[in-house]
Amino acid sequence: MNQTGYTKEVMKHFQKPHHYGRLKKYNGLGKVGNVICGDVLWLYINVSKNKKGGEIIKNISYETYGCVAAISTSSVITDLAKGKTINEALNIDKDKVAKALGGLPPLKMHCSLLAIDALSEAIYDYLIKHKKPVPEKLKERHRRIERSKKIIEERYKKWTKKGASTKKE
Amino acid sequence: MRKIYPAPFSKKRRGIKKNKNKKRRGVYLDYAATTPVDPRVIKVMIPYFKEKFGNTVSLHSFGREAKEALEKSREVAADLIKAKPKEIIFTSSATESNNLAIKGAALANQKKGRHIIISPIEHLCVLESAQWLAKQGFKITKLAVDKYGLINLNELKKAISQETILVSIISASNEIGTLQPLQEIGQICRQKGVYFHTDAAQSFGKIPIDVNQMKIDLLTGCSHKIYGPKGAACLFVRDGIKIEPILSGGEHEFGLRAGTINVPAIVGFAEAIKLCQKEMAVEIKRLTKLRDKLISGVLKIKGAHLNGHPTKRLPNNANFWFDFIEGESIVIQLDSFGLAASTGSACSSLKLEPSHVLLAVGLKPQEAHGSLRLTLGRWTTEKDIDYLLKVLPKVVEKLRKISPFK
Repeated sequence: MNQTGYTKEVMKHFQKPHHYGRLKKYNGLGKVGNVICGDVLWLYINVSKNKKGGEIIKNISYETYGCVAAISTSSVITDLAKGKTINEALNIDKDKVAKALGGLPPLKMHCSLLAIDALSEAIYDYLIKHKKPVPEKLKERHRRIERSKKIIEERYKKWTKKGASTKKE
Repeated sequence: MRKIYPAPFSKKRRGIKKNKNKKRRGVYLDYAATTPVDPRVIKVMIPYFKEKFGNTVSLHSFGREAKEALEKSREVAADLIKAKPKEIIFTSSATESNNLAIKGAALANQKKGRHIIISPIEHLCVLESAQWLAKQGFKITKLAVDKYGLINLNELKKAISQETILVSIISASNEIGTLQPLQEIGQICRQKGVYFHTDAAQSFGKIPIDVNQMKIDLLTGCSHKIYGPKGAACLFVRDGIKIEPILSGGEHEFGLRAGTINVPAIVGFAEAIKLCQKEMAVEIKRLTKLRDKLISGVLKIKGAHLNGHPTKRLPNNANFWFDFIEGESIVIQLDSFGLAASTGSACSSLKLEPSHVLLAVGLKPQEAHGSLRLTLGRWTTEKDIDYLLKVLPKVVEKLRKISPFK
């Protein structure tokens, strides 16, 4: 770890992030985080069939507002999920993300969860939009994410009321 | 006259190898966090580690030698702020001085009243000291500040009651550099008969301070912000003002600060003060010019905003926030170009919450998250500013490309 508490792997992803920007063609989008907390991650996926007829995440990209950890976890999750089937992608957990980065400072561990949440939200979005069955586990995860979004909005009402969104989306 | 010595942190001295992607290393723009010790200061400190190592309370010649050095240092520190030598107490840090001033004055004067007034943009050690007193039953009033971080003098007048014993207002904000009207605050406090403490950790030795003219009763000064060593600071306590010591022990420092005197650090602190005093007028002019060049250069970046007051600010402080990107990312990006900067105060860079100072001046959390503090000092050159102005727009652009907000 260097003086900032970030590993070489984290710094590599931060300095040269993979797959950033908006996909021209995508069929699933997961938006997580909150500008008030300082992390926002939008994850785009394009799901299509592979040769065997299975559905895979053919293309993936992200747009992130946040700290070094937020940007590097975004970058690494796209590496981990690209080319994976939906089930495989749903099995990526936050420990895998942290491990792929050689670890994260304890204060920044939540960023790995943010990346996982964004991916599952993007998959949820894809399945719902395409009227496909959503696994029970994913539904539960979606509800948890929605709940925590509400809690944060409630906590920071003071600022959101004042029209916190000076940032044009 | 200036720049007799090369920067103590130049790349050669830091032993950093040249990297083909990183053309320049070692541009330090975080002087508000801490400064390198001036080589001229180190030189006068060395004997006090070796042959002049004595304990100031010893009766023999070693002790007398140390004691003499301590008292000379006291005179130097007093002279800088037009105080009397016996009004200066040396401590280990500005944090300690602030604790001693606030807790010490509150505890010694609680019979008169138990109300203390502070600003919301104090350093954490002042806020936490006040918080500690609140737990002991003291009433704490936090004045509001305007968008520049300035307190309102009328509001201060109104806030002072029969119960008030102490007003503590930071002289110059460590984050946004805003300079408070010390003289006016002092005048009000004197008229109302309450003590006025100011945390001058960032302004001590950098701008002229006259404790008599400004009617300051307690003042915190710091060594490692003015090219002295870490581990030394001082507290000015006006003659006749009662404060309670917070460390129990020997009779050092007029019975107000127990603990063996750190003579080498204090001698170094005094030498640092002398140099600052001698070079102050020239340095203020030079840094103000560089600061204004920096500010106008950075504000040319689209979506860059200045925090703090355009003119009522420390000559060496510039603080900005940027649309759509986050401060830590900017700092780490700049670091990879060899530029050392900060998101806010150094102390809070381990926390995730946005700066309490920026929230107090009315920034929204997402705006405060995008802040960048650049602070200049003795070895900052125009070249450094030019380099920053070349690199920063690229960094901002790169991060905005990644950001979902545009």
